[in-house]
Amino acid sequence: MTTINALAGERALPQARSFSGGTLAFARREFRDAVASRWFLLYTLAFTVLAVAVSFMSLSSVGTHGFAGFGRTTAGLLNLVMLIVPLMALTAGAGCIAGERERGTLLYLLAQPVSRTQVLLGKYVGLAAALVCSLCVGFGVSACVLAWRTGSVGFGAYAMLVCFTALLAMAMLSIGVLISVLSRRSSVATGVALFVWLTLVFLSDLGLMAGTLIFQLRVQEVFGLAILNPLQAFKMGVIVNMNASLDVLGPVGAYASQAFGDGLAFMLAATMLVWALVPLLAAVVLFARRGSA
Amino acid sequence: MIEAEGITKSFGRVEAVRDVSFTQPAGSAVALWGSNGAGKTTLIRCLLGVMRCRGSARIGGVDVRSRGRQARALVGYVPQELAFHDDVRLGSAILFFGGLRRVDGARVSASLASVGLAGHERKRVRDLSGGMKQRLALAIALLADPPLIVLDEPTSNLDAAGRGEVVQTLRMLKDAGKTLLFASHRPDEVITLADRVLVLERGAVERDTTAAELWPTEKPVQVIRLHLSMASEAHAARVLREAGHAVHLNGQGLCVAVPRDQKAAPIHTLACSQIQVRDIEMLDDVDIPEGTP
Repeated sequence: MTTINALAGERALPQARSFSGGTLAFARREFRDAVASRWFLLYTLAFTVLAVAVSFMSLSSVGTHGFAGFGRTTAGLLNLVMLIVPLMALTAGAGCIAGERERGTLLYLLAQPVSRTQVLLGKYVGLAAALVCSLCVGFGVSACVLAWRTGSVGFGAYAMLVCFTALLAMAMLSIGVLISVLSRRSSVATGVALFVWLTLVFLSDLGLMAGTLIFQLRVQEVFGLAILNPLQAFKMGVIVNMNASLDVLGPVGAYASQAFGDGLAFMLAATMLVWALVPLLAAVVLFARRGSA
Repeated sequence: MIEAEGITKSFGRVEAVRDVSFTQPAGSAVALWGSNGAGKTTLIRCLLGVMRCRGSARIGGVDVRSRGRQARALVGYVPQELAFHDDVRLGSAILFFGGLRRVDGARVSASLASVGLAGHERKRVRDLSGGMKQRLALAIALLADPPLIVLDEPTSNLDAAGRGEVVQTLRMLKDAGKTLLFASHRPDEVITLADRVLVLERGAVERDTTAAELWPTEKPVQVIRLHLSMASEAHAARVLREAGHAVHLNGQGLCVAVPRDQKAAPIHTLACSQIQVRDIEMLDDVDIPEGTP
């Protein structure tokens, strides 16, 4: 029987790269492709312009003093982030595998000495890095404007908003990648991603309200259902980190503050982390099990 | 070098590859010969571990299913048509694959030079001709100097000059001791390169033979396409095979490889069996290089 040793003869046979080396090679390529793409430029530009606009509006309503620029802007940016970041991350994730599959490039990549897990994780890491860079540009420019006009008051809450936004982006990217793995065509993946975005941003709130009214849900049940939506977990997490009372969210917020106290911020961050890891893990398993490219 | 045992792949109810078993020693060249849809590409994908299938495959003694990365490190794969992102530059594309195979920049440059692509590094993939893309795929396949080169109809999209170049390169690789497994439906390639021919028909190995047995002549071969009524094609193919002709059905008639001075032989054979030929077509530029059997 022919074996590797017999084949080697006098020269060393080619070896596959280590798991991390191969994954990083894919991550670097995905990052380069993403930052050079139109969607990245468009989203980055849109997010930056809107973030700066929100910053200026926050400043103009309080002069250069008051509930300090960063704190007020954080509150203003919260809603902007909840709309734009999930859209960016879901659509980016949705295209990553389905697009390669449709172009026929996936099969060629898988014929290289790499595993399916490496391909998927590499793409995820590269896209996540590109998304975080995009967000850092928007938040960074906005922070420069605020620091110039108001100093660093409330910067802590702003920094936490950036961290929670990065977590949100990763959670949404995971969901997008899962959609991509399950879709044969990139147009279908994008369509499903848009539907998921619509559901998370608008429909889940309406559904929760309707469910509460119809089924007479208790407050703890409403809270449990609310944090099933990563956007709600994100919103509560940011508000908690602004040292603002969750009472602004009504009885559910008040219940959460009372029931979980100081641990609430960690619990919400952990919820976001679970949202980032579980869909990604599901995507890895399903992609590895697929019978074909 | 390759040990395949009972490879079977089904798509729904259709068995694309049926119980294919063969072994290929190191340093040999095996051609997979068959019409479109005979299962050549699917078999190659199963052997590379890109497609899940029943049975087992080992490359260089390494199991493709359980140690796919290590097995594919021993393989340079050239697809039928190179699929890359169109915007990528040739230089960065090959550097990426070099990174996956732990190959340094000098080796990348040498590989490009070996296929005549040195100096084209700045060109984008979309600006490359079909022949250049195929040579790029060959350069990538040769990057890590793997002992086995697998090619899926490597010349199907090339003109006569491009085909000649690729075949000549493959001949040199064979002479250098590489193991070649290639799918083809061109007799000239098979005669020039293959030590052994596996004739595939409807997913199964119909014959395990040699080019000399398939085309028992030292004279140049001409491929002719016979147009018959649809109903009689299968019967005609059987009759011609029984008469010793190499035949394949490709959905647009019956292709038969014949010595150039006996082009009427298959028509005569069919006439003796009361099968009427409607039309005959000479398929162009099937030249047999000098010194072939």
